[in-house]
Amino acid sequence: MPRMNAARKHPVDFTLNGRTVRAEAENRMLLSDLLRHEIGLTGTHVGCEHGVCGACTVQIDGKPARACLTLAQQVRGSDVRTVEALSPDPAELSPLQAAFRRHHGLQCGFCTPGILMSLDVLLRERPDAGREEIREHLSGHLCRCTGYATIVEAALAAAEEQRKEEKPNV
Amino acid sequence: MKPASFDFLCPETIEEALAALAEGGGEARVIAGGQSLVPMLNMRLARPALLVDIMRLEALRRIETSGDEIVVGAGVRQAELEAWPSLLRDLPLLAAAFPWLGHVQTRARGTVCGSIAHADPSAELPLSLVTLGGAVSLRSRKQKRVVKADDFFIGMMATDLAEGEMIEAVHFPKARHGSGYAFREVGRRHGDFAIVACAAVADDRGLRLGIAGVDDRPRVFPLPALDDDQFDDAINDIAWSLNARDDIHASARYRRELVRSLGRETLKEASRCRA
Repeated sequence: MPRMNAARKHPVDFTLNGRTVRAEAENRMLLSDLLRHEIGLTGTHVGCEHGVCGACTVQIDGKPARACLTLAQQVRGSDVRTVEALSPDPAELSPLQAAFRRHHGLQCGFCTPGILMSLDVLLRERPDAGREEIREHLSGHLCRCTGYATIVEAALAAAEEQRKEEKPNV
Repeated sequence: MKPASFDFLCPETIEEALAALAEGGGEARVIAGGQSLVPMLNMRLARPALLVDIMRLEALRRIETSGDEIVVGAGVRQAELEAWPSLLRDLPLLAAAFPWLGHVQTRARGTVCGSIAHADPSAELPLSLVTLGGAVSLRSRKQKRVVKADDFFIGMMATDLAEGEMIEAVHFPKARHGSGYAFREVGRRHGDFAIVACAAVADDRGLRLGIAGVDDRPRVFPLPALDDDQFDDAINDIAWSLNARDDIHASARYRRELVRSLGRETLKEASRCRA
């Protein structure tokens, strides 16, 4: 590809929540801003904008990633998933989201989308994840409301539920 | 907190990347995973005129064994090396260091070489590379050169990388049979930058202790086999020889104390692993 001029917008083609999209972005635009301001998906929250708080965590090619530490141009051709894709039906919560609600895993909800996107990967890759692994994944997120204990409980409950669904006879 | 504007290039060959870096001089920067560079861009501590994205260069995305070295290309993400099947056998020090290195979410994107290029004095990968006696392969349009890790890091976030050069790969010496390795760290919270991190190697050449977070770059010290009394003096000398400073995270005195206590534990663990 030719050198892309700083002063202009350039197309970014990628897959977003299962759909092919083409957005326009300046080189300096962050993925978090592309999602929120250009595409209008405001579920991804923006906290610190230097990779510390984890609120903007999305999934890029199946792995959790900071949208604020990713340039929009870096996701060209990638598969990006945001919190909006967690539940197939907008009227329903995903099992992980429902567990957060049941266990009071959130209060203000600012950090929640990022945490959900990290835990969604963990529970998919390691269905038998225990407390330690969950805590390790949560270490990449700051929550100022809950004290984390209820988030860990919610994640453990969601993992348990997922295991039961996969092995109904056990 | 938004980056200043810059041109962006996704080269299709290394030659194209090197030509752009040569042309850009000091105003062009390589971007790989971006986990160190993008915070610097966001805070406008870095304002390059051109970013060269090397993540689409397949030739840089390899982990290879070459003789007694593991060669990690500039496009290899930290999580990819962490998941490399031979890590525990060939690079046990890195296997011990990875859990301390940022977070799952940053390791998924950040590259090994990017952390080396960033040269944070408290970072785990530069510390591991220096402690193992590794090297860095640099390449510009005109030449290739290999620099020993200890010579590559020259100060606080400062390296021997010249204008127009990029890191092509880093070389980690492969673990030798019967050697012991250990890594320990103290930070405020899991995944935070280390206040002090220690890496140790115990092999037939003796003990080596690497220390990050105290001086302006990772430092490594060989230690002869010592009995307990001599050991206290030796590690105390090391603690005082480092240019420890007070900052908001810890006092110089506390850092020296961590070098003594954490250094001792790390060396003991490496020696035990060897035995």
